[in-house]
Amino acid sequence: MFDSGWALSLIVFLPAIGALVVLAIPKENEEGQKFTALVFAVASFVLAVVAAFQFDYGQSQAFQFGTNIEWISAISSNYHIGVDGISLPLLVLSTFVTVLSIIYSWNHWPDPHNPKAFLALILILATGMAGTFVALDLVLFFVFFEVVLLPMYFMIGIWGDRDRVVLPVFKREVEMRLYASIKFFLFTLFGSAFMLLGFLALFFTSEPHTFDMLELAEAGRAGAFTGAVGGWIFAGLFLGFAVKVPMFPFHTWLPDAHTAAPTVGSVLLAAILLKLGTYAFVRISIPILPEQSQDWAPWIGILAVIGIIYASLACLAQTDVKRLIAFSSVGHMGFVMLGIATLTDIGINAAIIGMVAHGVITGLLFFLAGSMSHRYHTREMSRLGGNLKLMPVMGAILGFAAMASLGLPGLAGFWGEFMALLAAFNPLDALDLDALFRTLMVLGAIGTVLAAGYLLWMLQKVNLGEPSEEWADHEFHDVDGFEMAAWAPLIISILVIGVWPKLVFGATNDAVVNLVQVTFGG
Amino acid sequence: MDIDYHALAPELILGFTVVAVLVVDLLPVRKYWAAIVGLIGIFAAAVPLLTLALCADLTFCDDGPRLIFDGSYEVDTFALVLKALFLVSAFVSLLLSVGYVESDRYYQGEYYFLLLASAFGAVVMASSRDLISMFVALELVSGPAFLLAGWRKGDAKSNEAALKFFIIGVLSAALLLFGMSLVYGITGELTFAGIAAASAGLDDPTFTIGVLFVLLGFAFKVSAVPFHFWTPDTYEGAPTPVTAYLSVGSKAAGFVGLLAMCYLAFGEARNLWGPVLWIVAAASMTYGNLVAVRQTNIVRLLGYSSIAQGGFMLAPFAVASLVDEAGLGDALFATVTYLLIYAFMNLGAFAVIIAGAVRTKSAEIDDWAGMWSYAPGIGGLLAIFFFALAGIPPLAGWFAKFVMFRALLVGTSGWGALLAAIAVVNAVVAFYYYAKVVKAVFMDPVPEHIVADDLRTREVNPALQLAFAITAAGVLILGIFPQLIGFFGEATRQLASGL
Repeated sequence: MFDSGWALSLIVFLPAIGALVVLAIPKENEEGQKFTALVFAVASFVLAVVAAFQFDYGQSQAFQFGTNIEWISAISSNYHIGVDGISLPLLVLSTFVTVLSIIYSWNHWPDPHNPKAFLALILILATGMAGTFVALDLVLFFVFFEVVLLPMYFMIGIWGDRDRVVLPVFKREVEMRLYASIKFFLFTLFGSAFMLLGFLALFFTSEPHTFDMLELAEAGRAGAFTGAVGGWIFAGLFLGFAVKVPMFPFHTWLPDAHTAAPTVGSVLLAAILLKLGTYAFVRISIPILPEQSQDWAPWIGILAVIGIIYASLACLAQTDVKRLIAFSSVGHMGFVMLGIATLTDIGINAAIIGMVAHGVITGLLFFLAGSMSHRYHTREMSRLGGNLKLMPVMGAILGFAAMASLGLPGLAGFWGEFMALLAAFNPLDALDLDALFRTLMVLGAIGTVLAAGYLLWMLQKVNLGEPSEEWADHEFHDVDGFEMAAWAPLIISILVIGVWPKLVFGATNDAVVNLVQVTFGG
Repeated sequence: MDIDYHALAPELILGFTVVAVLVVDLLPVRKYWAAIVGLIGIFAAAVPLLTLALCADLTFCDDGPRLIFDGSYEVDTFALVLKALFLVSAFVSLLLSVGYVESDRYYQGEYYFLLLASAFGAVVMASSRDLISMFVALELVSGPAFLLAGWRKGDAKSNEAALKFFIIGVLSAALLLFGMSLVYGITGELTFAGIAAASAGLDDPTFTIGVLFVLLGFAFKVSAVPFHFWTPDTYEGAPTPVTAYLSVGSKAAGFVGLLAMCYLAFGEARNLWGPVLWIVAAASMTYGNLVAVRQTNIVRLLGYSSIAQGGFMLAPFAVASLVDEAGLGDALFATVTYLLIYAFMNLGAFAVIIAGAVRTKSAEIDDWAGMWSYAPGIGGLLAIFFFALAGIPPLAGWFAKFVMFRALLVGTSGWGALLAAIAVVNAVVAFYYYAKVVKAVFMDPVPEHIVADDLRTREVNPALQLAFAITAAGVLILGIFPQLIGFFGEATRQLASGL
């Protein structure tokens, strides 16, 4: 069923169909809505797992399970999809986290409730995410890339944080959710509009005109996009992807969006949406614009490391647990971008395992932050403390997740950071920038130390010590069944990827080595 | 003279319907029968449209160049697509009107008559290929529209709307006629093909002035900056269904005139109109969007948004002097595609406004706050149409913007890229105010003075429901399968290759 190509489409569109079915269920029947949503999400996930088993790992650089049919012939755009070793782990991850989000939502409904709309949004989001990872046509990619915006906008705006904040420039007081949702949208839209111009310029510069990523990559290797036009195209794409990642200095939407989003929104945002940007660098920028990628690599590397250091320092200044985790995302994505900037097989492998690891680890951290603020009704670290005593299981999982996040060897987070730094020691020969990248490596390594610092500091404030008197009369539920059902798979993944990274590398390595070889001849 | 009645069938049916509506108005039946006759007539007029479009595949159909009245009137794919657009907008506008006009205390039969007459003019316009038929058709579009804008004669705002619209309309008609007379005087030709042939290599300042006056006349019609100032007041004052018609049908008619004149008649002068329209397009989108951000009334907001959208539609014209034949075809294709998709989006948005205004009895955005909580259907549709207007995939607006950008970047010229960059920034600004309305409806609390569950206003009348169904289906289906309207891309390319 995979060879014929339609199963991959099923993975992408099952959730969207599920969304329509959920919308058709009467408002009162909440159980029905939840089950329907879960069934469709699980079906999509199971298919993705089956795809992972059927995938020919010996040929992981080739696109498999593909379909290529005419879609909009008026603009020569095709419905061209397929997975290779680079996109497969991310496809599985996105369907996986969607299922967990729905399980977690079972008894955690942010105000104003309305599970029907919330579940439909999660499912639409799932279609957009999965679609982005399989799209091999730039127009198709653009559509999926944008489809994720609306659900996330509504999720943050309707179910988000109702604390009031004062706007930075306008000095007006608004609710956090309203500010964060529109900021998220405007930033991403701005970037992706320029990205679209870049896509169109690629189309018109290529001969024959095409939106097909594979054909464009071939043209790019043959030197079709050079000179000033190539530079402008890269700049347009860079803007679109860098906002999405987000890279310093385009990151400012992220802490607000992550903090304001409802728990599941933060999880999906951190675990999957950020990867759309980094994935696009690997899938589009590098293969199609190899020359410009080399020109821009040092700058991307520098911005990545600024992001790492800046985010770590920002984390140390946070008082809100969720905001701290949000800023830590900026730092982790900095490592991913550093790996990509080295343009080596080790670096890009590091980037992909870094994305997967960040997805499961930060996903778990946001789940925890959500469950804790659900119980404490605050996220202020100064008021928390002694969590381990009040809720031993929750505290233990938080400790575990924090350790994974700081890159403890043996857990998933380690590989991405370690290998990114390793790759920075020895970047692509053609770059001839060993000194610069080694400096970046040292700075990045300092970043890991700082990361350990803020995470341990957070653990100390939240988990350790005596509970403050405020909570003396409170009865706390420790982790409940649905939470455990959503978290256990994440914990297991963190462990498994940590001790057996080949789970990811097995898929990615050949594809990445091939990518670097054909693109840079190294 | 041999007349191709098949080619004229849509116009003949529509003309008959216009008269039939007046007759029904005389009969002792409920007035909405006039609307029903109108709807049936439009539907019937669409049938020959379909047979004409599929002519090549039909055995009884005599396919060939459908150039009638000595080249004054042509029924080609371009004309058919636009006729379909006008029929759809007239159909939906009628649907929007039924409940609205019935709940008012003004004449009804005449209302439907005028709306259909205006649509009839637009349908004729799509085929007009000479100066006279173009002008007459344009006046047939405008004349009834003046009256419709002032329909609520007891309302001072409606009077203002009609008066402003009328004075500007007459002024623009005068400018247009003056320009046409100069063009005719210099070239000695009335048909567009003749003008194009006669103006090749022509370097005459009078011709230039003539072209500029024609552009000016149409700039009023399509409410391009700086000739836009009547738009927000007229839109606000006119009855909402009429506003819907003005912003789609009447505006599209202006664009059709502009397209036909620019590409078919003044193709040789594109070094002249290209740069002029570059400036007009950039100014329209920027001004329209910036002012729209400040609006608190939802109709005025859509009024300014329509000025900005007009700028996006004009943008492909701007690069006409910078591209080759294929690029011209792409530009023509982009504007027509934009018009088609815009018709669905904007008519849908006005349908939402009509339904929402019934619930809240207000057009102030603040009063619409929290509507999603008591009218989820209207709220959801509002999100669909407003985000479609903003150009967010998978709603149809993305394809309109996409082809617009595509047309701008065809020649990879610096000017094209600059206009594309301006358009990008504008698209982001536009998103902000569309999202502002969505935010109010979905995320803000219901104001205290709004009676959320007034049982008398809960029902959405069937005509409006049908309008919703048509427009929403259009926006969703065209967003996912844009190829459905992409088919005529080849036809526009052929049309442009004659330049």
